[in-house]
Amino acid sequence: MAFTHLLELEDVHTDLSLKQGVLRAVEGVSLYVDAGETLGIVGESGSGKSMTALSIMRLLPRSGRIARGAIRFKGRDLVGFSEDEMEDIRGTEMAMIFQDPMSSLNPVYRSGWQVGEPLEIHRGTNVRASLAAAVALFKKVGIPEPEKRAAQFPHAFSGGMSQRAMIAMGLTTSPSLLIADEPTTALDVTIQAQILDLLRTLNRDSQMATILITHNLGVVAGICDRVIVMYAGRVVEEGRTEDVFAHPQHPYTWSLLRSIPRLDAADREPLTPIEGSPPDMMQLPSGCKFHPRCPFAVDRCAKEEPDLVEVRGHAARCWVTQSGASLDGSPRAGSGAR
Amino acid sequence: MSTAPALVAAEVPVGPARVGLLELGRTHPRVVLAGGLVLLLFLVALLAPFISPHDPIAVNADNAYLPPLSPGHALGTDELGRDLLSRMLWGARVSLPVAFVAVAVGLVAGGLIGLVSGYFGGVADLLLMRLIDALLAFPALILAIAIVAALGPNLTNAMIAIGIVAIPVYARLVRALVLQLKQMEFIAASRSLGATPLRIVVRHVIPNLLTPVIVQVTLSAGFAILAEATLSFLGLGAQVPTPDWGQMINSGATFLENDPWLAIVPGAAISITVFSFNLLGDSLRDALDPRLRS
Amino acid sequence: MTTYVLRRLALMVPVAFLVTVGVFMLIHLSPGDPALILLGEDRSPQAIAAIHQELGLDKPLYVQYVTWLGRVAHGDLGRSVTTNQPVTIAIAERLPATAELGAVALIWSLLVAIPLGTIAAVRRGSLADHIATGITVGGVSIPNFFIGIVLIFFLSVTFRLFPFGGYVPFNQDPVENLRHIILPAIALGTAGAAINMRFTRSSMIEVLNNDYIRTARAKGASWRRVVFIHALKNALIPVVTIVGLQIGGIIEGAVVTETVFTWPGVGRLAVESIFNRDYTVVQGIVLLAAFSYLVANLLVDLVYGWLDPRISYA
Repeated sequence: MAFTHLLELEDVHTDLSLKQGVLRAVEGVSLYVDAGETLGIVGESGSGKSMTALSIMRLLPRSGRIARGAIRFKGRDLVGFSEDEMEDIRGTEMAMIFQDPMSSLNPVYRSGWQVGEPLEIHRGTNVRASLAAAVALFKKVGIPEPEKRAAQFPHAFSGGMSQRAMIAMGLTTSPSLLIADEPTTALDVTIQAQILDLLRTLNRDSQMATILITHNLGVVAGICDRVIVMYAGRVVEEGRTEDVFAHPQHPYTWSLLRSIPRLDAADREPLTPIEGSPPDMMQLPSGCKFHPRCPFAVDRCAKEEPDLVEVRGHAARCWVTQSGASLDGSPRAGSGAR
Repeated sequence: MSTAPALVAAEVPVGPARVGLLELGRTHPRVVLAGGLVLLLFLVALLAPFISPHDPIAVNADNAYLPPLSPGHALGTDELGRDLLSRMLWGARVSLPVAFVAVAVGLVAGGLIGLVSGYFGGVADLLLMRLIDALLAFPALILAIAIVAALGPNLTNAMIAIGIVAIPVYARLVRALVLQLKQMEFIAASRSLGATPLRIVVRHVIPNLLTPVIVQVTLSAGFAILAEATLSFLGLGAQVPTPDWGQMINSGATFLENDPWLAIVPGAAISITVFSFNLLGDSLRDALDPRLRS
Repeated sequence: MTTYVLRRLALMVPVAFLVTVGVFMLIHLSPGDPALILLGEDRSPQAIAAIHQELGLDKPLYVQYVTWLGRVAHGDLGRSVTTNQPVTIAIAERLPATAELGAVALIWSLLVAIPLGTIAAVRRGSLADHIATGITVGGVSIPNFFIGIVLIFFLSVTFRLFPFGGYVPFNQDPVENLRHIILPAIALGTAGAAINMRFTRSSMIEVLNNDYIRTARAKGASWRRVVFIHALKNALIPVVTIVGLQIGGIIEGAVVTETVFTWPGVGRLAVESIFNRDYTVVQGIVLLAAFSYLVANLLVDLVYGWLDPRISYA
């Protein structure tokens, strides 16, 4: 089937059924990724970024379901797929790696076998051939002494090495899309850089598309071609990374960028954290969901929720920038209602 | 397989039980159901002399072997013409007290050992725990049987034997809880205010032990009733003519072919009773677990 | 690893010592002259005096204990008061029957427990789960001798499918052997089945909540593969502990079942001996049962470590 984008989400809504009621974790999210691209999804905990990823893979918890929208992968809508059809895609054309590699590997099976398992499942390869493939992959992701490591159990691996093994596991069947959910969050800073380097190399060498989910802007700046910023389950800004970072069109992105300590900042310039705290997803504010914490908020922000509209070369969901104002410098005097 | 599953100490985290009864009924219906059943059993035991249609030990040879639903004998009669329903109701007056005395023995003796062992630690702890380990190594049932056989087969000795067998569970449970509590801050705070060890024990340690101990007591009660039934079945507990469920199964088993009710009715009575206690213990454990509540 | 084993054995020593003391005291705590107890039939004054001399009953208690312990260490458990047969032989004759009963009961319990526990865990909260949990509580509430009697009533008396007692050795007639063992094995194993099922269920629920299960699903593994290959091996590790202890407690469990089904095993021997005041035999059996429990405990720890690669005994 011919398709425009490798992966395309169109107005996806995902719900979670909790004891207190239904939580809308993902609200009207649309995005796309093309072959060879790395897309970053940035947001705080609870912003819906992980839920979006799990929705793509259809790996939602028991209490979750995709309420509305389409998820087109290579032209076919995954939302209508049966569990069997999804199992055919997972681990072959789409792969996902998770945040804590130490707990994501099965402790009672050898790591090489686990990495080679997708071949057994999907291609009917025998164990010996899958193990050989696993060893080759270990080499590719930079694990030293691959044969020895493949025969070991996961508890013998360090954090960084476990994540490399997970990445190897994701690459086994040369998927078209790799989703990495906070792949470096649980790792030391020095190891983080190595893992990101690895991901960048792999992305460059094959035509594999990558979705990188993180709350760390530094990670995004390093390897993502395009970035999506999520807040309260919605996309609030998206565009090419350099664009968004240089000229953020949403106050949340703007605040995030400002809150990062910079080496070239003037001495004693105070850090500017974002005021307030993340919203209660069961009781969202009216209008724009960010307005209670927004330094630029005006009256309209509390009443109507803005649409995601193209502004200055990329897209943002903000009345202030849509009306032509810019976010450079300090907020306008007299801006108001909180 | 060992009949001592209930001896495995209930794993309940420590915390005072502050759950209102009404809230309990709404969120944990099983507790109410099981509690109701247990209460019913108590009432039966208490009121048996008043609600039994006949004298449970009155022999009436002319009326022997009557089937259930015979006039005047809802469950029929046994080989000596005694009314089965009355004997079943009176059986509760044997099983329940035995269970509770036995559990009380185990709780007090075992609890004391556990308290001392946990609180004072050191050599006392080492010695006492080895003693408990040794006691645990003995097959519970054989030990109980041996004790009763040595002391003489009667109900009192059965109670003592079952009580002795229950000691290790409580010793270990109380010791583990005391160790947990010792580490908690309010103990240290209390000591810094100058409280003596006895005061600490009485006012702080014991109230927090209540939750897991209550759960364990209900489960032990179930086990004790089973043990008493087994002993009586073997002829080591209640003696004829006292109506005892286990003993009734023993004599009823001889007539299995012609009159199965004689054995089945008391067996069902035991099963339902033990089931109620086990269900109560289980649901209490689930309900009072502070982790699950939030 | 060897250091761990040695350390555990060392810890076992005081316990084992206390156990032997307890067993020894069994005779001496009973009311009455031990000589009379041990003599049984022949109660002439000469016989009594002879026993007093032979067993050194005039010597202080600890000396008697040490001599007794010495004999036990050499494999001499004394002679049966009633039959004069060496206790070791008496037990050894009956042990295979109990072992066979226990093995079949264990197989029955696992055949029921593991599938049902797994289903209950995978379909947590469903009707199947509630029924399974109800069965778990029920299974430990029904006295095993009652199960035996009910089974006898339905399957032996009413339907005449199985014999209601007795034993046929395997090498003599395998089919008859199985026919005789089925009912007692079911009666014996049901309580164990209930316990194992509950354990399997809770273990499986915990395992299914782990991250590596999500990883397996992300690889495209079907639920069947996830449960049977990824989850089960992890979930069964704690179950091994419980099963090991059940094996260790087999003599105790068999006591009543063997009585109901007139099964010629060690359990029934224990009951008969207690009633016959055959204390040497009782001593021997209690000693055996206690030690098998201790050994089972130790083995279970070792096997656990062998099964779970994360545990190292260094």
